[in-house]
Amino acid sequence: MNKIRMNRRRFLNGLVPAAGALALAGCDRLSEAPWFRDVLSSSEELTMRVQRFFLSPDSLAREFDEADISPDFRANGTTNPRDAAYRALAANNFADWRLSVGGLVERPAKLSLADLRGMPARTQITRHDCVEGWSSIGKWTGVPLASVLEQVGLKPDARFIVFTCADNLGRSLDGSGRYYESIDLEDAFHPQTILAHEMNDQVLPIPHGAPLRLRVERQLGYKMAKYLMNIDAVDSLSGLGRGNGGYWPDRGYDWYAGI
Amino acid sequence: MRAENTDSGPIGVTTIFGFSFQTTGILGYSAETSRGFPSWSTIPSYRSLASGRNWHLFFAWVFVLNGLVYVVASILNRHVWRDLVPSLGQIRGIGRTISEHVRFRFDHGRDYNVLQKLSYLAIIFVVLPLVILAGLGMSPAMDAAFPWIVDFFSGRQTARTIHFIAGSLIVLFVVVHVLMVLISGVWNNLRSMITGRYSVKSGEKSDE
Repeated sequence: MNKIRMNRRRFLNGLVPAAGALALAGCDRLSEAPWFRDVLSSSEELTMRVQRFFLSPDSLAREFDEADISPDFRANGTTNPRDAAYRALAANNFADWRLSVGGLVERPAKLSLADLRGMPARTQITRHDCVEGWSSIGKWTGVPLASVLEQVGLKPDARFIVFTCADNLGRSLDGSGRYYESIDLEDAFHPQTILAHEMNDQVLPIPHGAPLRLRVERQLGYKMAKYLMNIDAVDSLSGLGRGNGGYWPDRGYDWYAGI
Repeated sequence: MRAENTDSGPIGVTTIFGFSFQTTGILGYSAETSRGFPSWSTIPSYRSLASGRNWHLFFAWVFVLNGLVYVVASILNRHVWRDLVPSLGQIRGIGRTISEHVRFRFDHGRDYNVLQKLSYLAIIFVVLPLVILAGLGMSPAMDAAFPWIVDFFSGRQTARTIHFIAGSLIVLFVVVHVLMVLISGVWNNLRSMITGRYSVKSGEKSDE
């Protein structure tokens, strides 16, 4: 009896780590399986629908006081693009830089930094939440994206706004590592969605996306593309990059980054 | 939690309230990589924030919807008052119940004992709601919709800490809970969960 019990105990003792290892290996295999990834990311749409249900198009992200501004706002991702074209623009203080606004718009435009600075601006002190878990508070001044979109006039079939950047975060030779992001029209026309050219009352510095970066205050930091070059209105995200609407979404992150 | 290079190779270091500990192999550095938690404790086992988030946010929905059904049903069918809220007599006898538990003597009545009831109530109505609320407090969209959530935690980083502590308490609860199921008569417990039949030794008192 005692011997049987000892064997059973040894068997059970061995079983627990074995089952644990098997479960973990199973989780890794599931993480790689396309069908299971689809199951997991099905919650993204549910999250977006539920969050949008509770958010009115105009509900604002919290705005803070000057005293709350982080002394050391972290710069993440690309902090100094190496691309020759960008380096040349930066060397000339972005005087030759032009923001191309096109795609499904009535009147495509090329805007200089002076054009953008001449437009009515919005200033907001907001918290920037990184997907990595940290957050920083900064003061941003820029042109509401809505004003730019109204100036060029969206065609009726435009559904998303795509932002293409100067930086090649993936450091690929074929351009597939170029940073880009996209948002839908609800976020594009949100009053706090701005094209920022100033940070903390200074000209936007290079580590934070000079000359122009996007702010989408109700989503995570990776949505807020830096080093903007092109803004395009499109009806579908499927033809861009790997088809998921952004550099990080193409690499497994949620396109809707409200949480 | 971080990895540091030393003369004898990289080590894991964990700092809490200003005190640093070497935690090589568990926290900060394990399996010859610099990583927060060891691979046996993470899904997936390799480092992938994207995949980890997808698992997390999918099962967060499973947990929230399942929990909602459970809590509403338990209130409506009076499970909470009938089985979970301890009686006055039980609360008075808490000292005796604790001393019996310390000696690993468990009473085998039909009812949950007072320690079970209090820990179930704490988990169901304090820790689990807290973990959800703190999780939502980290969401930039939810902070715009319900600013009181992040105010309740007095900041996003505190919400993050509380989310982690509450999560750890849930793990602790599950470990202790399963351990108690095993050592207080595993077959009897499993049978009662599935069939509702729970055998009580004759001579031991039962509430019903």
